[in-house]
Amino acid sequence: MMRIVRIVRNVLLVLLLAGAVGCATTGGDSRDPAEGFNRAMYSFNDGFDQMIGKPVATAYRSVLPSPVRSAVRNFFANIADLWIGANNLLQGKPADTVTDWARFAFNSTIGLFGLIDVASEIGLEKHDEDFGQTFGRWGVADGAYIVWPLLGSSSVRDSAGLVFDVSLDPVLQHEPVSVRNAMSILRATGKRADLLDASRILEEAALDKYVFQRDAYLQRRRSLVYDGNPPRAAREVPRAEMIEPTPPAAQPAPQAAARPDPAAMEAGVRLLEQPASFASSSGG
Amino acid sequence: MFPRFVRLAAAAAAAAIVVAGSARAQEMAPDVLVKNVTLEVVDLIQKDKDIQKGDRRKLIALIEAKVLPHFNFQAMTSSAVGRNWDKASAEQKARLTDEFRTLLVRTYSSALASYSNQKFDFRPLRAKPTDTDVTVNVRIVQSGDQPVTIDYDMEKRPGGWKVWDVRVGGISLVANYRTEFDNQIRASGIEGLIKTLNAKNNPQAQPAVAGAPKK
Repeated sequence: MMRIVRIVRNVLLVLLLAGAVGCATTGGDSRDPAEGFNRAMYSFNDGFDQMIGKPVATAYRSVLPSPVRSAVRNFFANIADLWIGANNLLQGKPADTVTDWARFAFNSTIGLFGLIDVASEIGLEKHDEDFGQTFGRWGVADGAYIVWPLLGSSSVRDSAGLVFDVSLDPVLQHEPVSVRNAMSILRATGKRADLLDASRILEEAALDKYVFQRDAYLQRRRSLVYDGNPPRAAREVPRAEMIEPTPPAAQPAPQAAARPDPAAMEAGVRLLEQPASFASSSGG
Repeated sequence: MFPRFVRLAAAAAAAAIVVAGSARAQEMAPDVLVKNVTLEVVDLIQKDKDIQKGDRRKLIALIEAKVLPHFNFQAMTSSAVGRNWDKASAEQKARLTDEFRTLLVRTYSSALASYSNQKFDFRPLRAKPTDTDVTVNVRIVQSGDQPVTIDYDMEKRPGGWKVWDVRVGGISLVANYRTEFDNQIRASGIEGLIKTLNAKNNPQAQPAVAGAPKK
């Protein structure tokens, strides 16, 4: 309980800070009022990743053979299926919940404590759900885009969801603390290692990595909320929120919602999970 | 006499093949086209020792030959540039399309280079035979993870079905470049965007140009 209170308090504090800094430096995108703060956090995260995240993940990948890395991935994915199932229930998709929990049952037993994903082999497909998506399903809009230290890309709505995800995470609840920390670091390292190719592609694809990743995040989350089938705007509608030659600063954006959503690269997709990578280890 | 006849015959045969080929591409249903091209390219990559060893030039040549003919880069570029497209001259449009095409091919080759035996799941097309604008869904199945969806938005054109957007995991390539392009154009105009793209595509040729538009 204390944990949750502490997390909520920290979230609020940083939100306030974000608001304060964000007001001073606005980049003009209505979805990203705290762009100044976010860019600073993004640089910090990038620096951290260059110094620690990427080297550790690269070593991990070169030391451990692929089947071992798969086992690590499957193990944590199996644990995650529990809350994925619960979220599907909260979203009114009981059939998906049955699949998720059946996956957990099969993989935890026949799959040797989740090390082997036998459920996928027999056609029980894995889902991707979290509390942020559940809130989205309930009609909560993203709200402002936020970049958290170590946690990476998020939004107001997804940050609220993250508070639940983190507080209920079985790995982070595990006792003793030493095992919990070791598991969290292993999970984070494995996730970052899985993203090594993706982050290289991002470097090549983006003109401005910050913008590219932000837009990919927002598109990805929208797609996830609608389970891959978001309503699509008409084709080739230019951005409605842009106003002709207004100076770059202080742009009202009355029709942010009209932004075309035709909902790139595996890079973008996989990067979305990147933020969570190192985060999970620092969450405790 | 003889060699000339052989040359003529060869030319006629080649022409026949080209005609037949394009006719086939035109008739081919969009989902069948995506499936055939995907499987052919993956197969060629896996058989090619140089590409396996990391020969990017050869991989790009393969993409140029097999994949690019099915993309409508003009449509992709105009859509990514958005409302500023009409402000560009014909010559600028051509250069923009060319640079964007190069960027996409480089990125695509990078993504393909990291392909390692994942399974494809080609979904049945949900469209009427009379539709001229369809989405072809492909999924990459991987153990311990949700499948990655790849959606090709395709339009029926005189030369056959052409892709005008690709969405990976719900992220549209075209939409994702829209803000970047817009910022760049606002900061330094269409010429500025072309220059930035060119610098991005030729990293050795020029000293690093800051990609991020300064606010």
